[in-house]
Amino acid sequence: MKIWVPIDSAAKALGADAVTRALAAEAEAQGMDVEIIRNGTRGMIWLEPLVEVEIDGVRHGYGPAEPGDAVGILSGDSAKALGPVEDLDWMKRQTRLTFARVGVIDPLSLAEYEAHGGLAGLRRAAAMSGQQIVDEVKESGLRGRGGAGFPTGIKWQTVHDAEAAQKYIVCNADEGDSGTFADRMIMEGDPFTLIEGMAIAGLGVGATKGYVYLRSEYPDAIRVMRRAVEIARHARVLGADVLGSGRAFDMEIRVGAGAYVCGEETSLLNSLEGKRGVVRAKPPLPALEGFLGRPTVVNNVISLATVPVIFEKGAQAYADFGLGRSRGTVTLQIAGNVARGGLFETAFGISLGEVVNELGDGTATGRPVKAVQVGGPLGAYLPVSKFDAPLGYEELDAEGGLLGHAGLVVFDDSADMLKMARFAMEFCAVESCGKCTPCRIGAVRGVETIDRIAAGDAGAVPLLSDLCETMKEGSLCALGGFTPFPVMSALTHFPDEFTGQKEAAE
Amino acid sequence: MASDMSAASLEELRQIIDAHLHLEGPLLPMLHGIQEAFGHIPAEAHAPIAEALNISRAELHGVISFYHDFREKPAGRHVLKICRAEACQAVGGEALAEATLSKLGLDWHGTTKNGAVTVEPVYCLGLCACAPAAMMDDRVVGRVDTARMDEMLTEAGA
Repeated sequence: MKIWVPIDSAAKALGADAVTRALAAEAEAQGMDVEIIRNGTRGMIWLEPLVEVEIDGVRHGYGPAEPGDAVGILSGDSAKALGPVEDLDWMKRQTRLTFARVGVIDPLSLAEYEAHGGLAGLRRAAAMSGQQIVDEVKESGLRGRGGAGFPTGIKWQTVHDAEAAQKYIVCNADEGDSGTFADRMIMEGDPFTLIEGMAIAGLGVGATKGYVYLRSEYPDAIRVMRRAVEIARHARVLGADVLGSGRAFDMEIRVGAGAYVCGEETSLLNSLEGKRGVVRAKPPLPALEGFLGRPTVVNNVISLATVPVIFEKGAQAYADFGLGRSRGTVTLQIAGNVARGGLFETAFGISLGEVVNELGDGTATGRPVKAVQVGGPLGAYLPVSKFDAPLGYEELDAEGGLLGHAGLVVFDDSADMLKMARFAMEFCAVESCGKCTPCRIGAVRGVETIDRIAAGDAGAVPLLSDLCETMKEGSLCALGGFTPFPVMSALTHFPDEFTGQKEAAE
Repeated sequence: MASDMSAASLEELRQIIDAHLHLEGPLLPMLHGIQEAFGHIPAEAHAPIAEALNISRAELHGVISFYHDFREKPAGRHVLKICRAEACQAVGGEALAEATLSKLGLDWHGTTKNGAVTVEPVYCLGLCACAPAAMMDDRVVGRVDTARMDEMLTEAGA
């Protein structure tokens, strides 16, 4: 009997390890022959720990499981039975390309990875020239999934064309945005996808060395990625002769040190070099002068992890999904105060309302939704009146929002929007690298100005708008430049909360 | 400089520094290695690191002080990180953090008198769909309420 219990952090955080021990103990007590496999998560976090049992070749789900459910799960008679996992509405509605294997395979089994389509992309790329690889990525329409949405193929072309003795692939795995966990999920659930994507990038641009800059807040992902790199090296997926192609690519996992701003690519590069994670002015572009001053591709985890499927299925097959200039799939992360939170991969274009109300099933508290922060701490708070907005880069931009890394944090009507605006400024003040004045000083003044508004000084509202304009126009990077998004969206959509009336009345 | 470090510790420190010198951009891995071994970055480490990497001690201090992770003094026996980010705030994370700190009589970064637990803020553990989230050492916990928090603190001996 084959049983799967996720080893993903979110499943562990909800008790998956205890459930695994209970299943093993109960099976032993009953003298049953069971094999327990620790898989990634399917992304239905509200059902975690989601135990799966193979019945007649089909995987049936049980969740959210507790240790006491072990007897029922093993006998097949459990109140937590959900039926075949693939038939669940949440699974059927998705287009899982990047996350096809996550939750399905044992993350560290290279054999299972290959059996589910893994390495097909790298094998194809190994027979192509660097330029052909770059062209394939361009044709797919893939854009940076880290937030900026820059066309990945164009970035690769710049590095490809740069002349240098050494070039690098750097994966930005500093997923610090609240409401986002797609990077963590794929690194814990299907690490070879990222490794394969980085190897293809290396062959494409002529880089022989790669680094994953992984945040220290993700100890489980660090362990899985490190082990996966060892396995890949041993199997010659990495090394001097990638899959017998005669071309070299190897990589290392590097751990961050708790600075949010290091998710910005130039800070990340400084940090990787062992310096303070201070932002660099651009130009020069990292593509030309990146890590150690050499040509460097810096891509987000999901961008790189999507490359293998593009090469496996072909660029056109990938580009056939999507909306406008947002091609392929988006990995939505539904979080915060939501009844059914998790990861949902679908073609670009789904509306915000459908995600929150249908997929997420409204708030966890059962109260009305007040706002959804889309795109992390630097993304706008969108009110329910914007629920028709389709999720695409340009489409959300037109609504004054930011798709970013596609994290959605839901708030119910008890949320205090002035307080959320204050938090955005406070966070920016704590995490500012200090290089540019609008961010370093602006964020501190922003907190003070919002405190004045809270104390009843309505005259400070125009000052706040003006300050936000300065930060937006004058900051070097997205931290200072985008903090105005949450602040101004809260002010614009919920002006009644910025009159100071509530506090003044108390 | 007067040193509280034993000769054995200084030797271990040397070995950690040497083991990282072949890396491109060795400083962060080196500091992580030292903190893993000693629980903090001891002042005695500054001069040998600066010398090995040919950087000034001011530059080194700049790096150590830039990152939230590196400590100048050891933490308690356990480190409890409570998430302060938006997704956790949306489901009562702030109240949970306040209740925990006030119960322990601590501010952020404080350590309980018996040295058992240091409480630190963290901005996102990637557990945003099962918030509020916390992490005791390397162990993550989701949907934390005060009862669950009390359990974790008792286990940690706070």
